[in-house]
Amino acid sequence: MKKRCRPIAAVLILAFLLLPGLTWAAGGGEVAELVVVADIRIVDNPILRYFADLYNFNVTLFAVWAVVLTAAYGAFLGFLMDAIMKRTGLDLSKRTIVEH
Amino acid sequence: MDTASWLYMYMPIAGVYIFWPGLVLIGFSVGVIGGFFGMGGAWMVTPGLNILGFPMAFAIGTDIAHIAGKSMVSTMRHSKFGNVDYKLGFVMLVGTMIGIECGAQLIMYLERLGNVGSVVRWVYVGFLAFISWMVFYDYYKAVSKKKAGVVDGEHGTEGITWYKTLHKIKIPPMMHFKNAGFVCSAWLPIIVSFVTGVLAGFLGIGGGLLRMPALVYLIGCPTHIAVGTDLFEVMISGLYGAFTYSLKGRIELVAVFVMLTGAAIGAQIGTVATKYAKGYGIRIAFGIAVVCCMISIILKQFGYSVSAAVLILGTISLICIYIIKIMFVGAAQELRDKKMREQAGA
Repeated sequence: MKKRCRPIAAVLILAFLLLPGLTWAAGGGEVAELVVVADIRIVDNPILRYFADLYNFNVTLFAVWAVVLTAAYGAFLGFLMDAIMKRTGLDLSKRTIVEH
Repeated sequence: MDTASWLYMYMPIAGVYIFWPGLVLIGFSVGVIGGFFGMGGAWMVTPGLNILGFPMAFAIGTDIAHIAGKSMVSTMRHSKFGNVDYKLGFVMLVGTMIGIECGAQLIMYLERLGNVGSVVRWVYVGFLAFISWMVFYDYYKAVSKKKAGVVDGEHGTEGITWYKTLHKIKIPPMMHFKNAGFVCSAWLPIIVSFVTGVLAGFLGIGGGLLRMPALVYLIGCPTHIAVGTDLFEVMISGLYGAFTYSLKGRIELVAVFVMLTGAAIGAQIGTVATKYAKGYGIRIAFGIAVVCCMISIILKQFGYSVSAAVLILGTISLICIYIIKIMFVGAAQELRDKKMREQAGA
């Protein structure tokens, strides 16, 4: 096994050593910063308008909201699905691990 | 558009109208596959979002946030099965976080040197080739052993057992991972997660694709525990990713919620299907997904973007159908057996 692993390890190490050289050779310029502004003129829904506004003026608070809402919605769906799955009659509390 | 305008939803931040059933379908498919394989599945979502007309700038951030929520649903279900080793998950989280940051710094350094896109893609292809070789070689070895009547694993015949060598390293502190069922040096999961984290950060991916096989082959987790524990990792790193991408303004929250609704249903199917699948069934399907992912990247590299997207979406559909079949056939069998037991008892 050691003999088999050696060439793979050598290729990986070589790849990492060659990366800076390859990137120099590839050339290219700096990546431009992307500035996107949400167009709130056509948003009627007050909740969507609030978040679009937040995105434009306070992106940090928007980021906090994004994480909190994603986690909260994920947890809500998890509990909801759990309640629905319980009604199927399947035993969802244990399983047997068989590899082969 | 006028006749079926209700099928299109306005994305206030990206400023585009999107076919929302398409978002639900993508979420559902990735929920099924992610719940079954224990990964985020960002490589599957991005081409789908692109086809729906999502601007590329928002595709990755939206994808990562949706993956965090979806992994939460899958982790909750896997946790009930006892498939999540939280202790191992937390230990690995240390390595993963530091690793991802190091990988991201490395890529930023390389970006300052020039255009790294194609280099990263080829490194990615190299790793995917290695993972697929590992999966299929493992299967071949396990089948050969089984034919020879050798049963060496705790849960059946195993092919590659590199973890057994790594478990012999006894550098303290030694830790017992109860759910995973082994004792090893704490440094083993930390180092493995660090290396996979560096690669994930460097390649700009979530890391589930690398971490799941690493958990199986290097750390020695049974496949089911690897799937559940990896999803826990994906959930935490996904939430962190959602925060950083939101700070950069690269997220479309409405799309996240729509996709998450489909993903929650898909995640149940994918996760419950693991109950009826053998470890090697999961590994082989995973290997096929990795090969298709690799071919699609090569196609993209040579400018065949449409073919790459078709291949990815075709793979998603077929694997999804395969997993759904496992789940429904297994569930039907379980319910039949339960009914028979009840009738026999009455």
